[in-house]
Amino acid sequence: MATEEEFKALLKQTHRFLNLMYAMILITIGTMVTYVNNPDFFDLSSEQMIVEVPIPAEEDRDRIENGIHVRTGFIDAEGMYIVIANCTNCHSAKLVTQNRMTAERWNETIKWMQETQNLWDLGENQEIIVNYLVTNYPPRKAGSRRANLTEIEWYEAKD
Amino acid sequence: MTSMKTIVLNADKEWKSAFSNLIAGIILLVFLLISSFSAFSQVTVPHKEFSKNKDMVVLNDQPWNIEAQAHILDDKITPTSCMFIRNNGKMPEGLDASTWTLTIDGESVVKTKTYTLAELKSKFKHYTYQLTLECGGNGRKEFDPPAKGNQWDVGAVHCASWTGVRLKDVLADAGVKSDAVYIGYHAVDEHLSGDKNKEVISRGCPISKAMENETLLAFSLNGEAIPMSYGYPLRLVVGGWPASVSGKWVNGISIRNKVHDGAKMTGDSYKVPCNPVAPGEKVKEEDMCIIESMPVKSLITFPKTGLMIDKGRSLTIRGHAWAGDVEVAKMEYSIDYGATWKTCTLEKPVNRLAWQHFSALVNFPSSGYYEVWAKATDVNGISQPMVLPGWNPKGYLNNACHRIAVKVN
Repeated sequence: MATEEEFKALLKQTHRFLNLMYAMILITIGTMVTYVNNPDFFDLSSEQMIVEVPIPAEEDRDRIENGIHVRTGFIDAEGMYIVIANCTNCHSAKLVTQNRMTAERWNETIKWMQETQNLWDLGENQEIIVNYLVTNYPPRKAGSRRANLTEIEWYEAKD
Repeated sequence: MTSMKTIVLNADKEWKSAFSNLIAGIILLVFLLISSFSAFSQVTVPHKEFSKNKDMVVLNDQPWNIEAQAHILDDKITPTSCMFIRNNGKMPEGLDASTWTLTIDGESVVKTKTYTLAELKSKFKHYTYQLTLECGGNGRKEFDPPAKGNQWDVGAVHCASWTGVRLKDVLADAGVKSDAVYIGYHAVDEHLSGDKNKEVISRGCPISKAMENETLLAFSLNGEAIPMSYGYPLRLVVGGWPASVSGKWVNGISIRNKVHDGAKMTGDSYKVPCNPVAPGEKVKEEDMCIIESMPVKSLITFPKTGLMIDKGRSLTIRGHAWAGDVEVAKMEYSIDYGATWKTCTLEKPVNRLAWQHFSALVNFPSSGYYEVWAKATDVNGISQPMVLPGWNPKGYLNNACHRIAVKVN
């Protein structure tokens, strides 16, 4: 009997010891990951920061809000995931969405990226990608050699 | 005794299996963490580098391209926090000034020579100049049909204070052969595709521009070491020309016996049609010419657009004007869409290739919606157009007049 209890106590001790080891390893790894992601976290001397560019929190990488794919800013429509898979490896989605081009000019741009920027052959996806772009980001009509000033934020003069 | 032995042996086995489970768990955990980190690293930002004014506008975050707005460029010497950032590739990290070298080579160098940064600093005289650097594509967003690339508004320009050695002193020390035509820079930024064999950007200028007094190999910006996003630890600074000529993270200059043919010197990059074309027209590569001196331009930096003032109050406006290689001779403003123009006070540049400051006291004849338009004219009599200048495939050189909206109540 005594040996069985001894044995149980031994197992309990071992279990506690293993739990402790686990916790320590978790803490170490957590610290390492924090450091790699943000070395400033451990820098207690305060740098002057006017604005920090926000670091996105861990979240669902494919969350859609109000028809917008949150992570990339793309409009959620047919072909979006193919666009994300092929067009955001080298550059940000912002470079895509701020450009408004016709199908012809997108195809030229894709050719240029293939010739000079190591873009791969898109195969059947090229048509899907270009359709997505011209449908969701059609060229804007400026209509004159100078557009009206828009989106003016009016403010009072102060003395 | 026998049974005791068996129990101990069993316990031993249990430990072993618990340990092997533990080790497998740890390996799995580390693997998961590393893979989740590598997914995140694409969206994590370089820290410390972006002590930017809150009114800076991010056009692209991969690579980082950030521009100012007119009203935050009001300082005579642009603070580093308000300077636009243009990257063609990935920004390098962890560069070490203490081991940095610059190699002068090329077909037209007398002898290939490598200098450490410390040698450059000790061997050559230091000069400080305020130099206007404007992105060739500043103003691109107004072109119709639109041109591809970052859609810069008005804020891809700055005039900060750079300290360094004259490129011409270093070139002379290495020796320039009489057949030298052009210089081209080499730098350490990484191609967006990750291809180590591709240079991101390697541009340059004719030897005559390289030999100007104001062309610097700069190691300091606004009195401090150049921050990484502006070219630490060594930047070629060529005022008055597209800012892409001012190579960042420079570790080599080639003296060429022909027009430099590095990345973004060929194709249609930083080129405009040699002869004017209709909007949207296709232009052959051989009909495109390299942009050299930037055109005359100005910016109203005070007040910020959208000001509402009371009737009867006069308004002080101010801003800067620049004209590439030459000086601005005259500065005017109009509150009636160019029907009449009034002259602004215009200061001389603090040194060649620095922007010039203007100001004026504006009176509005009645209440209502006004636009204040500003127009600079250079010493050659060339003015900014009120409409967009000639369309070009890549949307460069938009120097149309800047304007702000003012409401008089």
